[in-house]
Amino acid sequence: MADAFIYDHVRTPRGRGKKDGSLHEVPSVRLGAKVLEAVRDRNELDTSQLDDVVFGCVDPVMEAGGDIARASIFEAGYATEAPGMQINRFCASGLDAVNMGAAKIGQGADDIVITGGVESMSRVGIGMSGGAWFMDPSVNLPAYFMPQGVSADLIATKYGFSRDEVDAYSVESQKRAAHAWEKGYFKNSVIPVKDQNGLTILDHDEHMRPGTDMQSLASLNASFEIMGEMGGFDAVAVQAHPDVEMVKHVHHAGNSSGIVDGAAAILMGSEEGGRKMGLKPRAKIRAFSNIGSDPALMLTGPVDVTRKLLDRAGMTRDDIDLFELNEAFASVVLRYMQALEIPHDKINVNGGAIAMGHPLGATGAMILGTVLDELERRDLNTALVTLCIGAGMGTATIIERV
Amino acid sequence: MSYKNFTIETDSDGIALITWDMADKTMNVFTLEVLDELDAIVDQVTNDEAVKGAVITSGKSTFSGGADLTMMNSVFERIQEERAKDPSGVSKALFDQVGRMTGLFRKLETCGKPWVSAINGVCMGGAFEMSLACHGRVAADGKDVKMALPEVKVGIFPGAGGTQRVPRLTNQQDALMMMTTGQNLSPKKAKSLGLIHEIAEPDKLIETAKQMIRDGLKPVQPWDEKGFKLPGGAIWSPQGAQLWPAVSANLRKQSYANYPAAIAIIKCVYEGLQVPFDTGLRIEQRYFTEILQTPEAYAMVRSLFVSLQELNKGARRPAGIEKTKFSKIGVVGAGFMGAGIAFVTAKAGIPVVLIDRDQNAADKGKAHSQDLVAAAVKKRRMSEEDGEALLSLITPTTDYAALDGADLVIEAVFEDRGIKKTVTEAAEAVLAPGSVFASNTSTLPITGLAENSRRPDDFVGIHFFSPVDKMMLVEIILGEKTGDKALAVALDYVQAIKKTPIVVNDTRGFYVNRCVMRYMTEAYSMLIEGIPPAMIENIAKMTGMPVGPLALNDEVAIDLSQKVNRATIADLGEGAVDPRHVELIDTMVDTHGRLGRKNGKGFYDYPAKPAKKHLWPELKDLYPQQDPDDVSVDEVKRRFLATIALEAARTMEEGIVTDPREADIGSILGFGFAPYTGGALSYIDGLGVKAFVDMCDDLASRHGEHFKPTPLLKEMAANGETFYARFGAGAGIGQAA
Repeated sequence: MADAFIYDHVRTPRGRGKKDGSLHEVPSVRLGAKVLEAVRDRNELDTSQLDDVVFGCVDPVMEAGGDIARASIFEAGYATEAPGMQINRFCASGLDAVNMGAAKIGQGADDIVITGGVESMSRVGIGMSGGAWFMDPSVNLPAYFMPQGVSADLIATKYGFSRDEVDAYSVESQKRAAHAWEKGYFKNSVIPVKDQNGLTILDHDEHMRPGTDMQSLASLNASFEIMGEMGGFDAVAVQAHPDVEMVKHVHHAGNSSGIVDGAAAILMGSEEGGRKMGLKPRAKIRAFSNIGSDPALMLTGPVDVTRKLLDRAGMTRDDIDLFELNEAFASVVLRYMQALEIPHDKINVNGGAIAMGHPLGATGAMILGTVLDELERRDLNTALVTLCIGAGMGTATIIERV
Repeated sequence: MSYKNFTIETDSDGIALITWDMADKTMNVFTLEVLDELDAIVDQVTNDEAVKGAVITSGKSTFSGGADLTMMNSVFERIQEERAKDPSGVSKALFDQVGRMTGLFRKLETCGKPWVSAINGVCMGGAFEMSLACHGRVAADGKDVKMALPEVKVGIFPGAGGTQRVPRLTNQQDALMMMTTGQNLSPKKAKSLGLIHEIAEPDKLIETAKQMIRDGLKPVQPWDEKGFKLPGGAIWSPQGAQLWPAVSANLRKQSYANYPAAIAIIKCVYEGLQVPFDTGLRIEQRYFTEILQTPEAYAMVRSLFVSLQELNKGARRPAGIEKTKFSKIGVVGAGFMGAGIAFVTAKAGIPVVLIDRDQNAADKGKAHSQDLVAAAVKKRRMSEEDGEALLSLITPTTDYAALDGADLVIEAVFEDRGIKKTVTEAAEAVLAPGSVFASNTSTLPITGLAENSRRPDDFVGIHFFSPVDKMMLVEIILGEKTGDKALAVALDYVQAIKKTPIVVNDTRGFYVNRCVMRYMTEAYSMLIEGIPPAMIENIAKMTGMPVGPLALNDEVAIDLSQKVNRATIADLGEGAVDPRHVELIDTMVDTHGRLGRKNGKGFYDYPAKPAKKHLWPELKDLYPQQDPDDVSVDEVKRRFLATIALEAARTMEEGIVTDPREADIGSILGFGFAPYTGGALSYIDGLGVKAFVDMCDDLASRHGEHFKPTPLLKEMAANGETFYARFGAGAGIGQAA
């Protein structure tokens, strides 16, 4: 198997995923094109030599439907020969795009690929692609379907995380993100989104609330209590995990990932492919894996997939210098640290989606880029990137600097 | 043409009035013959050019009870037999058979002439489905006019187009609620849902129905019109996306997804609304074919329809004894139970003398009825006049002379042999020969109490459950000397108050409480093993029990369990109660002062409302806790079901209960034993006695000797017998054991 190298990565800033968000005026395809343009221009890429573009997108319907990757290629003015495809594994789509690229390179099928993802949550909306998982009683009944927030609350209840603990985690996420922005840790990878005149539309993550403290979070009401009670989902949670007497609802907008718009792209290739294009490798994909996990807890897949992946890679937790776990909800990260005994100073060291937002299909590629930059800044070697996934799955990837 | 079950009268406007009136039945039901005749009538209406349209109604006070479930029961028997031979053949035959009604109703609604259903009374199941296939529906305005699709209550579902027509007439949420709960609809409610078009005064019903046709009722259903839109929005619409994820969740909340028929209903609606109507009917037909073959459908129809009806009709009543007409009933002891008994008796229109030691106590007993009446009037479940009439039937007094002329006296005094003796003697001093004296004891053997009586053959146990006004079961306990007359009077009384009797022989705990004890003691063992208390309670409810065992123990009081333990040890010796259980209960009561709900401190804490009760947090500290993820949910479920079923089997083996129908119904109505099983013995029969015995042996290897299968079970397993085959089909029926 050939090694798959990472040559470059970029992301857009994350715009607030609402009608008043700065990126709301930018169609999904243009977000996708922005990162493709940046990758091409930064690396003087001959796009006719590109073997594939693999984009994650979780709600690939309407303007994001019908293969958003190929559409973005047109919008970016890539060569005709550059093909594109869109994949979906819910929140891990962006990382699975990377893994799929690595597999294509590893197999020798492709030499140069761009992977990543795009999601305009403000323009398309969560859940707009429908699906049997949450709609069809033949599926949602045996799968113990519940909204992710209720699952996150179930995790907090089952594993004993109080409202104060999830809030404290979130305050720290905001603090770390603010610090990283302030120090310019992201500046090489975040490309401002500009209009056709070169005027900047957005150049920073606008979901962040750097001043967040325990007091301001304490004023927020739990978001999923009514849904849990009236929608019957608390009953589903208890029936899936009868050791829980009743679900305690602790999550709210301030300790859950932000709804945002954004895109990311990662330039990958084989050693040979990189050399031909005159690229310098920054890291390689050491290993990756996927797993299905308890669908009711839904968001504990990272624990399972991390164990599986370390085992397959012949590594232990202590071989990993930095962990990057998508902050879908605070309890997801707290449970991960609890189960694998990972200290907080080794995980999500520059904050995460609670502060900066989670543009579903793009996030996996974004956080992989974030942790690669941080490995370089700290001059460390190895990082493990993972995300929890709807319907109970986990995807994880280990990268190593070269 | 003439028909056996219908008459047809065509008026001068060419409107055929079809009156359904089955000669040999008190209520119209769908039989094969009825279907054949209705089929011919549809043809006749369609082909006779003089006929413009048809109104269908009933010649009885009710419209129809729907499909003949007794007949359905025989279908089940056949399925069971055929399945062994040719499983795929069974499905095909069944599929065609269940399509019969669907096809007939579809033919009716597409015949080209308008049909109106004139619903004059109770209209259930298949009859309501037929009405929904009619182009017009009028219901008479009356208290007794109820419409429902109640099939789910007996383990099946509306399989003659109901799941397709209802959600095409009303919004999906109401449609699902109506069908998954089987709720009754008043004419007003049915009209507000859009399920009927008009409500008419009873004497104008037929005229209103005919007028709909004269007014040009279109013989086309909405779903057969071009451009038809679902009233609740399409499945794939914002409304659909709001509703559907919560549908399964709420089903779990309602019934723990234990009922395949309820699940099939929501699948039929979800899948059926995405396709054309005829395809939807076919989808429903496939699910109906599947559901009819489930063990749940078989067991529920048998127990909750057939057996329940038989017991209510007095299956165990000795023959040849004239039915008792009650002119007066005495209740001695106006405490909570006595007061409840007085209420249900007066509610049945029978005068009650309610006796206690002082007038104040007797009045307090009557006040219980006043409270219940006030609540019912407030909820409009009872009119003020009816409430007044009920209360006027209860005479609270201290004077035993008032019992003179009573046909039956029930004592519900303190569980003390001495007090019971005094009461029995005082009552019998006034009672005429031939009148019956009954004890509502729940703990003292009837045979012993009957020794206080001068007429032990007229002495019987009538054991109510608390709260008396809600619990539908009554255990009739036969002492050694109880005679047929006393049994007949007791059964007549239970029938008069519209409850369901089971007849059991005399033993400690009788039937129901013996089973309930097992339920609670299994929970004690689990607590002691360190299974987290929340798991014990939640899994019990997931198993289908209405109340967790620890919550139940709080209701009956933990200090009462302590008393029972002590009495059992005193009577039967140290080994009679598991010493670990004694220690647990003693710790709860003596060390922690936790007596149950009555002092707000039991296995649960009971904070002031509106806060909900929650498990006592320190309960977890009594025993080292297991990791919940290592506890097998299925094993906990099996332990609850098996320990109760084993106890039920023991009562059969000991001859305490003699009829499997009574063991089943007693377990469901007495303590809510997982109704989808059909009851404690149907659970065993459903698994197969051999499989049950193997399972119990397996459980015994881990959880104790009390799971060891009994000799009878082993014998039945070896012979391939079932309880219904060995003890059923009338075995023991009509014998006062």
